[in-house]
Amino acid sequence: MNNLLVFPLIIPLLTAVALIFFHNRVMLQRWINAAGALLNVFVAGLIVREVKTEGIQTLHMGGWTPPYGIVFTADMLAALLVLTTTVLSTACLFYAFGSIGKERERHYFHPFFQFLIVGVNGSFLTGDLFNLFVCFEVMLIASYALIVLGGTKRQLRETLKYILINIVSSSFFVAAIAYIYGVAGTLNMAHLSLRIAEAGQGGILNVIAVLFLIVFALKAGLFLFFWLPGSYSAPPTAVKALFGALLTKVGIYAIVRTFSLIFYHQPELTHSLIGWMAVLTMILGGIGSIAYSDINRIINYNVVIGIGFISIGIAAATKQSLDGVVFYLMHDMIAKALLFLLGGMLIKAAGTSDLRQMGGLIKRYPLLGWMFFAVTLALVGIPPLSGFTGKLLIIQGGFAAGQYVWTGVALASSLLVLYSLMRVFMGAFFGEEQLAAAKEPVQMKGMISAAAVLLVLIVVIGIGSEWVYSFVSQAGDVLADPGIYINAVLKE
Amino acid sequence: MKINDVILQTVTKIVVFIILTMAVYLFVSGHNSPGGGFIGGLVLASALVLLFLAFDTETIMKRIPLDFKMVAAVGAFITVATGAASLFLDIPFLSHAYSYVNLPVFGKTGLATVTIFELGVALGVVGVVVTIILSISEDV
Repeated sequence: MNNLLVFPLIIPLLTAVALIFFHNRVMLQRWINAAGALLNVFVAGLIVREVKTEGIQTLHMGGWTPPYGIVFTADMLAALLVLTTTVLSTACLFYAFGSIGKERERHYFHPFFQFLIVGVNGSFLTGDLFNLFVCFEVMLIASYALIVLGGTKRQLRETLKYILINIVSSSFFVAAIAYIYGVAGTLNMAHLSLRIAEAGQGGILNVIAVLFLIVFALKAGLFLFFWLPGSYSAPPTAVKALFGALLTKVGIYAIVRTFSLIFYHQPELTHSLIGWMAVLTMILGGIGSIAYSDINRIINYNVVIGIGFISIGIAAATKQSLDGVVFYLMHDMIAKALLFLLGGMLIKAAGTSDLRQMGGLIKRYPLLGWMFFAVTLALVGIPPLSGFTGKLLIIQGGFAAGQYVWTGVALASSLLVLYSLMRVFMGAFFGEEQLAAAKEPVQMKGMISAAAVLLVLIVVIGIGSEWVYSFVSQAGDVLADPGIYINAVLKE
Repeated sequence: MKINDVILQTVTKIVVFIILTMAVYLFVSGHNSPGGGFIGGLVLASALVLLFLAFDTETIMKRIPLDFKMVAAVGAFITVATGAASLFLDIPFLSHAYSYVNLPVFGKTGLATVTIFELGVALGVVGVVVTIILSISEDV
């Protein structure tokens, strides 16, 4: 029993409730929200330290031992993702202070922000399939509110699609849970894993596994990403960054968890399906990222490519590639948040989101330009920055597993990322100055510093990857050997 | 044209008390029979909706001067707080206590802290339902 595990859930929850009472007092809201967010980062750090020194931590809600009660489990993967979530969401929050606008803040932006964090942290920490569903819904309902908040025509249109697709996938999720409960008679993940190992995965369980894959792929944008590019370009930048960095990654986390802990018996079916979906995701995402000249679209398709790349690591399922998944997941969350923030500032500075009408911004915004260049290098995976180690591990793992096609496409996708983002960099920052940007420079000190924190983090993770790897490796161990997780949860 | 709704209003005045009694009954009986905070809250909210239908929104809001968004927030706070109380006692989150107490009128009664949790749920439901009804009716 360790009550520390529930703090990433109740701190944002209580902050959100407190924020509802002060929804008219914008400055007070900002202070409360910032304090809550920073406290959350601190607690997440404590959890990572505790998991590092004392192994997997569990909390039995209400004192009911698993499989009867809900169990919160923090293995290294969950702890690291909670830490990454809290850090990058805090950066997005500080960015929002300067950009979101008083009107949105008065209409409950701050509570919804914290409710989103509740859902994301809960999804990472829970050890129960139905509780995962509930946390997904907490996260999604907060995201519905955040995506529509402001009520512009475009937001309303995209929200409709976004809600429809998520309601459909959520009902599939409930159906999948009902099926698996019918077959295995339990919903606790560790207990499920045991039951399925005893019964043998085949026939109906394969169908259920694929159903789960479809559900999580819809949430994560793995191959079934048709809804993503439109929906993610509707809300304001700070919200986009939260979505791009968190929502799809929760789906990926769910895939990692279910297919490393529960359905790992028939990789030739499930994992190769993930692999081929990932290949298609990277190809289609790559085509999308170079096809458009709208900055929002380019960034959104880059999110899709990232999802495909991570999934290659899941599909290869060697210890090395799973290490790579954890590493790349952390890097990708931070780098994508940064990319969205910088993209938002770029659009603000240029006065348009059309790349063809931009140019010569480097003279006025040198810092923004070089930060964009740095995050491009990080996403491509240039050695001193954070993307390199994760990519290297995934690709090594992929080759070691003998999956040359998947890994080849993954390697090639980095080139498309490089091309699409360098096109933005060259087009927007170099060349002739364009008319749309010829007004006086836009003030964005606060926003730049929020982004700078994330950039520093990327550099630190990149340079200190040896040190980060000592954490990541512990997470990879659990993914490679489900027995560790099961023992930790069901030991008493 | 002024519609004469004496019958509706008179019946409402009586029926609302029956509904409220039903809501309280459902709320307190939830531990051992069907009912509980969610249904209790819904029934309570339906009493309020009936009042809004029979009289107009302004009259009722003058008599019940509550901001129902805050009611929902208070409900959420109560639910979290009952769970968080166990943090101070160093027992797992969401642990609940149950014991028998001799009350003056009721005699031997089982009291559970989960009732407080359910109170939060009920307030949350009432707050949400009434907020939805009121915000939709404002637009028309």
